[in-house]
Amino acid sequence: MVEFRYRTDEVTEQPSVTLDAFLDQSNATAVRLEPDDDARALIPFLDRLTLIEVAFPKYRDGRGYSSARILREAGYTGELRAQGDVLVDQIAFMRRCGFDSFAPEASLNPEAVARALSTYDQFYQKAADSAIPVWKLRHG
Amino acid sequence: MYKYDHFDQSIVDARVAEFRDQVNRRIAGEITEDQFKPLRLMNGLYLQLHAYMLRVAIPYGTLDSRQMRMLAHIARKYDRDYGHFTTRQNIQYNWIKLEECADLLEELATVEMHAIQTSGNCIRNISSDQYAGAAADEVADPRPWAELLRQWSTFHPEFSYLPRKFKIAVIASPEDRAAMRLHDIGLELVRQNGELGARVFVGGGMGRTPMIAPEINPFVKADDLLSYIEACLRVYNRYGRRDNIYKARIKILVHEIGADEYRRQVAEEFAHVKTLGIDPPLAELERISAFFAPPAFDAADVEPDRSDPDFAVWLDQNVKPHKQTGYAIVNISLKPIGGIPGDATSAQIDVMADLAEQYGFDELRVTHAQNIVLPHVAKRDLHAVWQVLRNADLADANLDLISDIIACPGLDYCSLANARSIPVAQKIATRFADMDRQRDLGELKLKISGCINACGHHHAGHIGILGVDRKGVENYQLTFGGSGAEDVSIGKIIGPGFDEDGVVDAVEKATEVYKTLREGDERFIDTYRRVGLEPFKEAIYG
Ligand code: HEM
Ligand code: SF4
Repeated sequence: MVEFRYRTDEVTEQPSVTLDAFLDQSNATAVRLEPDDDARALIPFLDRLTLIEVAFPKYRDGRGYSSARILREAGYTGELRAQGDVLVDQIAFMRRCGFDSFAPEASLNPEAVARALSTYDQFYQKAADSAIPVWKLRHG
Repeated sequence: MYKYDHFDQSIVDARVAEFRDQVNRRIAGEITEDQFKPLRLMNGLYLQLHAYMLRVAIPYGTLDSRQMRMLAHIARKYDRDYGHFTTRQNIQYNWIKLEECADLLEELATVEMHAIQTSGNCIRNISSDQYAGAAADEVADPRPWAELLRQWSTFHPEFSYLPRKFKIAVIASPEDRAAMRLHDIGLELVRQNGELGARVFVGGGMGRTPMIAPEINPFVKADDLLSYIEACLRVYNRYGRRDNIYKARIKILVHEIGADEYRRQVAEEFAHVKTLGIDPPLAELERISAFFAPPAFDAADVEPDRSDPDFAVWLDQNVKPHKQTGYAIVNISLKPIGGIPGDATSAQIDVMADLAEQYGFDELRVTHAQNIVLPHVAKRDLHAVWQVLRNADLADANLDLISDIIACPGLDYCSLANARSIPVAQKIATRFADMDRQRDLGELKLKISGCINACGHHHAGHIGILGVDRKGVENYQLTFGGSGAEDVSIGKIIGPGFDEDGVVDAVEKATEVYKTLREGDERFIDTYRRVGLEPFKEAIYG
């Protein structure tokens, strides 16, 4: 279930299909990526997708962070959802990689999430969010 | 020395607040130890055999006297009056109370220090050459590059849940004092047509499958560096193995697909990443470099008076040439005979801080061999420095000799250990306590790990000792022929293992074979490489 969503458009009602199913058929507009799926396979189809769900079966498995960035770097603007073993202390990193909705398996405390998202206001690297990296602030 | 601006400080301060919140949630029982574990591990806090152990980062091993004094203060206030300097140029405290941890980090933050990413499957503290800025053979000071990488890797959102931990070293000399090619990524700064860039090596490491990193790119320009390294990491994050913790380091990926295929994938990813604008302008490297400008050297070139024989021995063994005439590099041994390698008391840490302030342009370094360096000491002050060190039991003249042993904490502290390391180090050092005997044996790098994780770098020891568990009994395997220097190599097991006293005897026999067979000024490892294992084996097992 989506617990946190940081976008204002309508939630996609269509259930997401697997990457293989998507590539086989399909006119689906929602797709689900497992950690070992290659996010780049979706690049030709980004403009007709409204939801990409990235699975985190274990929080330790960080492949989904790269999937998210690859999709945003390729210009994907639809909903990018992290689903699975998503913990409060990962949300800030996930936001920076471009995720804008979260469906954690175990429900998270909204206050803790809000706190996690506001802890840092400076970032060293450029990533997939709009944060301006420190080096850019230093040099304009 | 790099100095934080308000951006750097705000990030470190935010981390302290975040960690305090996490600890409070744990103490209040809101999160379980299981949930707390990944959080504390991201911050260098390990639960060990007896207590929590905290690892504090010393970026590229460089610190000033104020920071060094803080390390002493922390040892005094939160630990048992000593700290342990590690092979990754960090310091570890072995007796930390969870409730006090956030206060400790808050104090550290006041001197621009932290424990960020000193554990966990993320990019760890960047290591470098302890002689940076002082070595005659460097093409540039490697530390600005290391600082650039420190900032880029700190809380990197994509690379905080890598398949396994990730260690980067940066050097800038042909002589490798940082075991560069035994890191996940090793960078060697080089000049090409006057331009400074980095040779990039990927996929080295120790642990149970030691590997020497192959060269992946002969020259990456400064303003491509972060894009290139980001590409290296992205390929690893996506394709590194996650099914088996022992095969999860990048060395296994590079080995399995081959250096050529890895290089190709990185090149492809780099072509894309380079379009994203993630590289800071060169002005940022210049801004950082300005902090590492050479100090105001002005001492006349005076040769120290060598009439005191103990001082003369220390000069010959522990003092190294500086690129600036009139100056020298002072190595402070943390390897007193019979002591614990890398340990220093609060009082000793304070003494070293004072010396740096008074005689050393306020700079200290931690070496991967677990010693301390004063990189810039005027030759005219060497005798005064030595006297202070001697009064603090810090004047052992054994740099790079057989008693300058690297040893991991082993079974005395570590929950993963098979065997004790420290007592073996103590016995060997005691056996060879006679300085003339040690000096006659010359450079001999002996390194001890208490299990196959190789924290004590035994694979890179001219003589390596590995603690194993044989049917519940501590047993020690010997390896010969390793090196972490520019002649990098991985040691080979010489035969069946030994008990604690047996391994000390075997080491002694090996040194005797060396003395009989050496030619000219060959070091132990040179003789071993020339004559092979047989004569040693015969003497030890024969
Ligand atoms: C006492 C607590 C410690 C624990 C539980 C611990 C654990 C480990 C583990 C599990 C590995 C293997 C990682 C791998 O191969 O993927 C490792 C490697 C290593 N550790 Fe430790 N360690 C401890 C202390 C230390 C200390 C005190 C030092 C420095 C003296 C150190 C330096 C290293 C180094 C240099 C490596 C090898 C890195 C490589 O494989 O390339 N560790 N440690
Ligand atoms: S080598 Fe093994 S025993 Fe030694 S510190 Fe590392 S994990 Fe512990």
